[in-house]
Amino acid sequence: MMGGIDIIVLIATLMAASTPVLLAATGELVAEKSGVLNLGVEGMMIMGAVGGFAVATATGSPVLGFAAGAVAGALLALLFAVLTQIFLSNQVATGLALTLFGLGLSALIGKGYEGVRPPPTAKLEFGPLADIPVLGPILFSHDWVVYASLVLVALTWAVLKYTRAGLILRAVGESHDAAHALGYRVVAVRFAALAYGGALAGMGGAYLSLVRVPQWTEGMTAGAGWIALAIVVFASWRAERVLIGAYLFGGITALQLQLQAAGYAIPVHLLSMAPYVITIIVLVILSAAHRHGVAAAPAALGRSFHASN
Amino acid sequence: MTGNMLLEIAGLTKAYPGVVANDGVGFSVGPGEVHALLGENGAGKSTLVKMIYGLVKPDSGTMHLMGAPYTPAEPRAARASGVAMVFQHFSLFEALNVAENVALGMENPPPMGQLSARIREISAAYGLPLDPARLVGDLSAGERQRVEIIRCLLQDPKLLIMDEPTSVLTPQEVDILFNTLRKLSAEGTAILYISHKLEEIRSLCDRATILRGGKVVATCTPREKSARELAELMVGGEFTATDRAGRTLGHTIFEVKGLDLPPMSQFGPALKQVSLQLRAGEVLGIGGVAGNGQEELLATLSGERVSASGTVLLHGQDIATLGPNERRRLGLQAAPEERLGHAAVPDMSLTENTLLTGTVRRPLTRKGFLDMKAAKLFAEEIIRVFDVRTPGPHVAARALSGGNLQKYVIGREVLQYPEVLIVNQPTWGVDAAAAAAIRQALLDLAGKGAAVIVISQDLDELMEIADQFCALNEGRLSAPRPTEGLSIDEIGLMLGGAHGMQEVAV
Repeated sequence: MMGGIDIIVLIATLMAASTPVLLAATGELVAEKSGVLNLGVEGMMIMGAVGGFAVATATGSPVLGFAAGAVAGALLALLFAVLTQIFLSNQVATGLALTLFGLGLSALIGKGYEGVRPPPTAKLEFGPLADIPVLGPILFSHDWVVYASLVLVALTWAVLKYTRAGLILRAVGESHDAAHALGYRVVAVRFAALAYGGALAGMGGAYLSLVRVPQWTEGMTAGAGWIALAIVVFASWRAERVLIGAYLFGGITALQLQLQAAGYAIPVHLLSMAPYVITIIVLVILSAAHRHGVAAAPAALGRSFHASN
Repeated sequence: MTGNMLLEIAGLTKAYPGVVANDGVGFSVGPGEVHALLGENGAGKSTLVKMIYGLVKPDSGTMHLMGAPYTPAEPRAARASGVAMVFQHFSLFEALNVAENVALGMENPPPMGQLSARIREISAAYGLPLDPARLVGDLSAGERQRVEIIRCLLQDPKLLIMDEPTSVLTPQEVDILFNTLRKLSAEGTAILYISHKLEEIRSLCDRATILRGGKVVATCTPREKSARELAELMVGGEFTATDRAGRTLGHTIFEVKGLDLPPMSQFGPALKQVSLQLRAGEVLGIGGVAGNGQEELLATLSGERVSASGTVLLHGQDIATLGPNERRRLGLQAAPEERLGHAAVPDMSLTENTLLTGTVRRPLTRKGFLDMKAAKLFAEEIIRVFDVRTPGPHVAARALSGGNLQKYVIGREVLQYPEVLIVNQPTWGVDAAAAAAIRQALLDLAGKGAAVIVISQDLDELMEIADQFCALNEGRLSAPRPTEGLSIDEIGLMLGGAHGMQEVAV
């Protein structure tokens, strides 16, 4: 305990609080690495939140709920893919429209679910491991989604860095013309990357409605998708930094809640603002220190590709 | 000859809306033969090799590789059959390292560690030194080309297609490339070599197929023809040389002193202590491999980038901190290299495009409003004087072919009669006849007393029109040398030689 704040509880809470943003940012990282800027993360998250919630309450299975959240996010991402990759619409405008569309549609779908409680997502049982002082509550007290999100980040990092599939994805994001000239299917790669990004955003959304809150409220993502987007940029498109950024955001969210609870005389508005502001400031400093050397952003990010000539 | 030819092509036709790019093209390449494809821009060379490499499907006609029918559906299939291609542009990834770039061009690359070892092995065997771990964005143009060549060689190709491989190389690098190609040819690899540099083709190639308007017009042994004869076969008529006589040099009107500029882009060079002097009526040629500061130099001289005061002087007046329009008012005009998107707005009509640079020195505005009638007359004048082939001034800039748009852009600046004109790559991608017209226009402008700076990678061009020659290398400009009596070897040394490369005995 320090000044009314329990550090161990804080760390344990931050891991759960960070999970939605971590999942969404990891997915967006993959999409942007393939050269597509999808600003619809917020829309995909909230569709995942409502889709996951609906299926989980209907079936009583949170696992099916998360699967449905991922599918809902991926479907919305595929809509974006069709518009931007086949009909070559502007990616920024389409992404913004996707967010508005997702917010509206989720509100409509979610009408009947307000006030309903979802089936609880069980914590994993680690037996005696959970009783280890300090480490136990921090590492072995979570539900499976928290561990899954960490595995997904590690997997994404390893696939991007070490596998041929990752190399092709990065190549497409660097120069779609060169990748096309070498015979790679630029549009197919981008479809796959967008679908993965959408699925992860959807899972992140489902984590909000099924575990964090847990209930359905209209507009419940409250800007988490935008923070995920910012984290990708300021993490210089690197998976390990996305993890730092997301946990930083979650950590300050958890901390400010505890500060509020401990009754510190800091205005609530400043506290609720803090996670957004501090995350962005820290990441800006991190990325500014890395200006020299390797290009941070994928060179073809946001540019439309058409296989003419 | 059937049976022992490596590649045989007959009756190959490919039409695009409004144009037949290839019309019944046929030729053959034997094993180990270095075969040139010659032709002007738009003659159909690129379409032809794209069909051979599987990027474009022919409408009709047949191809045979080693006697078997050959119909590559995509580049992978072509590579699997033993056909490899070194591109002129667009096939490297700047943010990836050499080994990753090579791996992307292979079907079944070995693990990265083994691949790096193979790259070192091949690069030593063919005299093309290359560090597999370096980022491609940090490499020179010559080194980048080595990446592409090694990528091809790792797959043991039977036919290697090279599209304009020497346009970005220094003369020394060209020698090294040719040695590599001769070695490959001696080992039995056939090479299909596309270029419009005639002397190179005469020294390297065993046979040449000449294309004009999508058709094969001749097949010959280039060593037995003169460069002039080859040029006339390409153009299909008499070839006129430019006339540089009859100029008198005045006093110095334009001066650059100790100009520094930080890099404009991530992999771009900085300008370091650039100085030059230009007299009225003089043409200064600035040579160098692209990416050594050409764009940066043009931007600082034209006023797109301002520099420290006192570094750029026109008639002794400090213009270093003035913008482009103020410099135009004082008589300095510029034409950048990139035609679409920098010199001209692609979706605007030619009339509208005159207004981009023309309002200062031509009366194209009235009381602050655009005078579209005057602009149209000016556009028509450019089209007439510079023989721009287009239906009229209402046509969008993007609809013009590269050569025609280039004539238009140069014409727009020249017809404003500047006192100092700076052009970057005035004939890049422009066919021989149009290039000759543009060069002549620049010389005529100088003949009227203007000072002209021509930045170009084409050394023959600079030798043809420039009075003085400077080399631009990694943002540094060499001292000027008179072009008369300057040899290609000396120029190569001025350009920084072969970027630390050791020639390997063949």
